Amino acid sequence: MKQRNLVKKDIVSESYFQTVFRRFRQHRLAAVSLVILIVLGAAALLAPVIAPYDPNEIVGGFSNAPSREFWLGTDQIGRDVFSRLLYAMRVSLLVGILATLISTAVGVVLGLIAGYFGKAADMIIMRFTDMVMSFPYILLVLVAASIFRPGMWSIILILGFVDWPGIARLVRGNVLSLRETNFVKGNIVAGMPLRHILFSEILPNTVAPILVYATSVLALSMLDEAALSFLGMGVQPPTASLGNMLNGAQSLTVLTKQPWLWLPPGLLIVVLVMAINFIGDALRDALDPNSRR
Amino acid sequence: MYCNEGRENTGVSVPLIKVESMKKYYPIKGGILTHTTGYVKAVDGVDFSIMEGETLGLVGESGCGKSTIGRQLVGLEHPTEGRIYYEGKDLSLIKGDEMNKIRTQLQMVFQDPYSSLNPRKHIFEILSQPMLYHKISSRKTVEKDIVKILDMVGLPRSVLGRYPHEFSGGQRQRIGIAKALSLNPRFIVCDEPVSALDVSIQAQILNLLKSLQKELGLTLLFVGHGLGAVNYVSDRIAVMYLGKIVEIGQAKEIFANPVHPYTKALLNAVPIPDPKEKNKEHQLLSGEIGSSVNPPKGCRFHPRCPYAAEICSQKEPGLLETFAGSGHYVACPIVRADKEEING
Repeated sequence: MKQRNLVKKDIVSESYFQTVFRRFRQHRLAAVSLVILIVLGAAALLAPVIAPYDPNEIVGGFSNAPSREFWLGTDQIGRDVFSRLLYAMRVSLLVGILATLISTAVGVVLGLIAGYFGKAADMIIMRFTDMVMSFPYILLVLVAASIFRPGMWSIILILGFVDWPGIARLVRGNVLSLRETNFVKGNIVAGMPLRHILFSEILPNTVAPILVYATSVLALSMLDEAALSFLGMGVQPPTASLGNMLNGAQSLTVLTKQPWLWLPPGLLIVVLVMAINFIGDALRDALDPNSRR
Repeated sequence: MYCNEGRENTGVSVPLIKVESMKKYYPIKGGILTHTTGYVKAVDGVDFSIMEGETLGLVGESGCGKSTIGRQLVGLEHPTEGRIYYEGKDLSLIKGDEMNKIRTQLQMVFQDPYSSLNPRKHIFEILSQPMLYHKISSRKTVEKDIVKILDMVGLPRSVLGRYPHEFSGGQRQRIGIAKALSLNPRFIVCDEPVSALDVSIQAQILNLLKSLQKELGLTLLFVGHGLGAVNYVSDRIAVMYLGKIVEIGQAKEIFANPVHPYTKALLNAVPIPDPKEKNKEHQLLSGEIGSSVNPPKGCRFHPRCPYAAEICSQKEPGLLETFAGSGHYVACPIVRADKEEING
């Protein structure tokens, strides 16, 4: 047994993920971003434990400034801003992650089919993609909102449906070029089954661009959620989301006199989106197998 | 050699590979409403056969269709017309399990060793996956089997855990050959396996292919445009021009007595490493290779041929034996006429 372990060890000196992790850490900004994201994500997850008050309950006076009792003050109807912020981040991250997962899954599957099989499949899928891409999503959301009840889950589905064309195009383009490479042809000659060629040869070689693109989709869908909630089409009150917290801060008096109402959610959006983008950037470099660092 | 003997009962007279009037046309799409406006006739009616244990060299200019033939033999593409027989069986009629088995027996070594290995897999994965899928080896024995194959191509076992980008072109080509060998093939298409390598490495890879061919009794189709390399490994040589074979015969015979004007021109173009020969006149071809969309009428070589006569642009010549039993076939009306005159 010992002998066997020794054998395996000297065959694979460093696994691919170890290499990626090592390269990722060298990217300072991304490493810091990852730490920030983990801290914020943990805070969001643990919101029920950390939050000093119930986010939807009126616990103080109207629009109180930050104090020892209410760390970030209270909003116009007397709810604790800090507690709401934690719950809002929970909603925003959930919307962003789920919407990204949906759009990535749809985009990858359609892109693989269009790119590998070509011909009619490609034609139909790509025209459908163009159609979705050219459709103004605000309009789609308005229509969807009038059919379904606007809320977190409909936002997730809508954003998931709107964001996939970019990924589908990216994957299709990559598959088109990978399909012609010798290593894919070599595996066809070796009689390997289609699932091996698609999921073991082609897909792993497009994972890096997909991941990088997905991080930008994640950032974008969090922004979109904020925008839609700000417009009143997204997450509905009393549930807090970063967007509808900003929505409550529209008047000039709030902007000039009560910055604790809009500064924290605004800053949080900026920090989250920037952190995610930095991570995406570092991932692209770290995942490149030809880089010799 | 010993492998050959073991297989003798499969029938000596049936060639391992037989190609009959193979044609491959690629449609050209164009126009406002996409439609087929014409065809690139990459391969336009080719017949040849390869006996077990033999190496056939396929030479010709770039774009003459030699790689296309190779790709069709291993099933990457299917002929527009014509048949390919493997051990006398028509490949287009074999389906399912039997095809899967035959697939592993027809392998390919690619021209560009830089793109023939998946950059995300280490060598152990690249080599073991097809072997495990086809149950050529089991999980327990696969490592030992791979080390054996690596030894054959002259690589140490330490390469297994490394990624393709860590290797030089020559080493990658060795890995590419190991990958082809790992499935116990009987026939390997070598698609210009050395043209992307340094000259010093080329000789190593050629020697390797040659010795492997002998040792394992492999049958090879060696596609190349360097006559020297092709001659070195081949038993027989076929010369192609614009989708057709213009001359085919024993390698020695082709070199000693080239008959077709195109073969002569190819041999003349080989540089001679001797300064005394510097002033000797080379008869080099003028003009460009013709269009494979609208190939010249009659003999396809006639617009560039120094001996072209009137009949050359009228009649398309077929392959004819230079003399009975020589096994040396040429498609040229003029040379034939000459021969008959001399003989008669």
